[in-house]
Amino acid sequence: MTNIIIFTILTLSLLGLVLAIVLYYVAKKFKVKEDPRIDIVEAIMPGANCGGCGQAGCRAFAEAVVKAGNLDTLFCPVGGNDVMKKVAGAMGYEVAEKDPMVAVVRCSGSFEKRPRTNIYDGRSSCAVMSSLYAGDTGCLYGCLGQGDCVSACKFGAISMDPETGLPVVDEEKCTACGACVAACPKNIIELRKKGFKSRRLYVSCMNQEKGGVARKSCAAACIGCGLCEKACPFDAVHVNNFLAYIDFTKCKLCRKCYDACPTGAIHALNFPPRPAAAAVKPAASAEPVSGTAN
Amino acid sequence: MKKFLVSPSPHFHGRENTRRIMRDVIIALLPAVAVSIVYFGISAIKLVVLGVVTCVLTEFIIEKYMLRRKVTVNDLSATVTGILLALNMPASSPWWAIVIGSVVAIGIAKMTFGGIGQNIFNPALVGRVFLLVSFPVVMTNWSVPHSFLGTSLDAVSGATPLVLVKEALDGGQTVPQIFAANPGLSYSQLLFARIGSAGEVSTVALLLGFVYLLARKVIRPYITFSIWGSAILLSGILWLANPAEFTDPLFNLLTGGMMLGSIFMATDYTTSPMNKWGMIIFGTGIGFLTILIRRFGAYPEGVSFAILIMNATVPLLNKWCKPERFAKEAR
Amino acid sequence: MKTFSIGGVHPNDYKLAADAPIENLPIPDIAYISMSQHLGVPAIPVVAVGDKVKVGQLIANAGGFISAPVHSSVSGTVKKIGPVKDLSGKEVNTVTIETEGDEWIDTIDRSGDIVREIKLDSKQIIERIKECGVVGLGGATFPTCVKLSPPPGCKAEFLIINGAECEPYLTSDYRVMMEMPEQIIIGAAIMMKALGVSKGFIGVEDNKPEAIEKLGAFEKDYPGIKVVPLKKKYPQGGEKQLIDAVVGRKVPSMGLPIATGSVVQNIGTTLAVYEAVQKNKPLFEGIMTVTGNCAPGQKNFRHRVGTPLSKIAEYAGGIPEEAVKILSGGPMMGKAISNMDAPTLKGSSSILYLTEEQTKRKEETFCIKCGKCIQACPMGLEPYLLNKLGRINDMEGLEENRIFDCIECGCCQFTCPAYIPLLDTIRIQKGRVMRIIKNRPKK
Repeated sequence: MTNIIIFTILTLSLLGLVLAIVLYYVAKKFKVKEDPRIDIVEAIMPGANCGGCGQAGCRAFAEAVVKAGNLDTLFCPVGGNDVMKKVAGAMGYEVAEKDPMVAVVRCSGSFEKRPRTNIYDGRSSCAVMSSLYAGDTGCLYGCLGQGDCVSACKFGAISMDPETGLPVVDEEKCTACGACVAACPKNIIELRKKGFKSRRLYVSCMNQEKGGVARKSCAAACIGCGLCEKACPFDAVHVNNFLAYIDFTKCKLCRKCYDACPTGAIHALNFPPRPAAAAVKPAASAEPVSGTAN
Repeated sequence: MKKFLVSPSPHFHGRENTRRIMRDVIIALLPAVAVSIVYFGISAIKLVVLGVVTCVLTEFIIEKYMLRRKVTVNDLSATVTGILLALNMPASSPWWAIVIGSVVAIGIAKMTFGGIGQNIFNPALVGRVFLLVSFPVVMTNWSVPHSFLGTSLDAVSGATPLVLVKEALDGGQTVPQIFAANPGLSYSQLLFARIGSAGEVSTVALLLGFVYLLARKVIRPYITFSIWGSAILLSGILWLANPAEFTDPLFNLLTGGMMLGSIFMATDYTTSPMNKWGMIIFGTGIGFLTILIRRFGAYPEGVSFAILIMNATVPLLNKWCKPERFAKEAR
Repeated sequence: MKTFSIGGVHPNDYKLAADAPIENLPIPDIAYISMSQHLGVPAIPVVAVGDKVKVGQLIANAGGFISAPVHSSVSGTVKKIGPVKDLSGKEVNTVTIETEGDEWIDTIDRSGDIVREIKLDSKQIIERIKECGVVGLGGATFPTCVKLSPPPGCKAEFLIINGAECEPYLTSDYRVMMEMPEQIIIGAAIMMKALGVSKGFIGVEDNKPEAIEKLGAFEKDYPGIKVVPLKKKYPQGGEKQLIDAVVGRKVPSMGLPIATGSVVQNIGTTLAVYEAVQKNKPLFEGIMTVTGNCAPGQKNFRHRVGTPLSKIAEYAGGIPEEAVKILSGGPMMGKAISNMDAPTLKGSSSILYLTEEQTKRKEETFCIKCGKCIQACPMGLEPYLLNKLGRINDMEGLEENRIFDCIECGCCQFTCPAYIPLLDTIRIQKGRVMRIIKNRPKK
């Protein structure tokens, strides 16, 4: 009996010793020398590993930060300015403040506004659908509604609205990583400046056909009439190929263009309700708002 | 205006679907079911019905109330599992044994992995092995088929040929002595009616099912043939080396779960390789392991264990064995 | 009997229009002649709005090496040059011509005589084929002259004429073989002369015994040309499969057919080559089938390129009530039409009506790992695996498993018992992998 106990203890101790030695040498031999600062930077990162920065993940970003020696080309869209300031602090780098961005869906072609002309019967994927044909509506540029952006989003910030068949961005959750922008084969989603109090003005249409043609396939289309361009006092709105675009770097959120738009293609988000007057206008989103000075 | 469908090609689909395949498997199993009903009567019917009902119910309940997803019992795969499990049990098994076996087969072996197509181990075999390990007495209490061919089967009493041989060998007898003492071990007996689980009494009925499956292109012959081939090879070598100690290849082929296992269990789509060479390696492994377990293992029969062991290698075999490519790499 | 070695499926062949002789369709009032009727760069229009054109007159030059010129199919006035939606609703640069009468350019030999003597030499033949805008009419519409000029270092040994027509329903090639067998043989002889080869094969599937007989009757008059009956199996008409079936050689991965010494041309192309070289007639007409189980009539038509599909459907008896999907091409590889106002192209082979029961996709269920897709794949790939890797965008895995070999024949999806849209995923990921490979710096 004692023998058994002694032998057991002996064998186990010996085994432990041998394995410890092996482990020690292996650890020593295969040790990878790494800059300890990588770990420090990685700890600051949000850890979403979304790839929104252009790197493979947060660790890769940290490595790139340490290697680059500055932050000129590196920015974590998820962490934003706060995280970048912390990284800069930890590394002793300089960092320029960037405007917070948010994803915006530029199509208003809901089931109601944009009638379907055929029924898509393939795999539910925008990529498959767009490589096959123009889409199940008369509009060549609009949202296909198969939800590639929804599956691309790692933060659960995009969902399909079953009523309209269009994706909806949850701006609280959106980190502007750009995954949806890359996933959309129709280039509908754009990252735009979040704006003062999250207020945004944008043309929610990508149709570059002539006004009449565009209008025929979708009631909410931008017809390229140019009224918005004329209304804008800041030279922020321009019409190219029958499609208006609001340059968010110049836009002062005055909403003159919004008021001028005859089809409701311009969307105004998160503005306070405006008293009476223009509240009659059908707005496809948020509360109808009144034009302040531009 | 009428809205037409638009989809990528192909715009046609063949007649194949999962339900149709499972239906073919059930049809292929009918001769074996019929034979077991002839031999064992009401107890065989009870087994099959209980097996099917429990398997289907288990799948239904798990999918509907636990996973809350689309119920797939319509594809008949649970029905096949139920029949196979019933055919793998002694006809005299009590009702609770097959119920427990079915719940284990579907609930543990199939649904925990994600249901049809996702499981690693053959559900019916997991159910059977679970019962064999948990209730060894129940699972080896073989009932004797009613005398059917005129010859009396009493000579082999309540033991299967494999058990009989193994026990006699352990008792010091030689193979020729055992065969001389037991007329029930004749080949005609082994082909048409012998003691064993409900479905394996008649080799001929199982072979009929095999021919049907091949004719309907439900299975490919590689797995079954390579099991037979490797079992014959290994047992042949052993037998030639020492005929007193080892049984002959034909005996090994016609006894135990070899036929049922090689035709219906090892060829289960989900738990077998998908490419020709993978299938051949898989089958060969099963054949070798079966013979080794039978002779050198603790159990008299090894088909179930051999198949389960080889099931575990399937993901690797699928990865390593690629189909014959049409084109070689560019110059 | 010969056939290709790996995979393949057996769809029901439904050659309903096999006995309908080729009829001439009326000339359209307005012809929409697309500038992208071939693989490669669009053609560049050389006419202007208001110009008067004749039938057969050049209206656009080839836009590059892999491109083809386009000729007018009607006589009349150019009304517009600009985008018109094609059958999938995408905009394509198109010359719109309003028809007045039917005046042909006078260089075209419009007599019905068969011209047997080949007067041009190899270089002139290729030049003529190029000028006449002949493209492959088997589906890919690859410019024929490019195929007939093997790149340096490659030597053609055989010409193979593709008379397999393995797609269900399609009968246009069959009708051409039945009605113009000698023209096909002469067309083959012309291309053999152009390539400088002495062996020519015409592969025809054994479900067309009369065509085999009709073509076979000319074997003795044209030494070197042999009709090869093939065992019916889809996709026999795939270029790689046909070469394998006829001469038993395999085109290497990412390689061209010429690597096996073979040049493959379709029956329609062969007729176009005959007409171009012997009759000096540019490619502005095509043969197409209007068919379907629910179709009001089974028809084979000779159409002028640029005729709106809706006009053809109307002429053939209208779109049937039961049709839920209209295809251009066969049911295995054809394109679903979402815009019936689109015009026909050089390569248009059919208008096919399918019923809901035939074509509506069933709900996808779980993969049961049956391996039927692997057995069906004529390229020896594992479609189930490519689908699985494709869904998670594992580009390296896809390349390792040779997604680039896929010929998009649809056998895997046709055979899948779980109704998984395998090819939908594989096709899109194949395109992505090809782009990655193409952009990779060469070692």
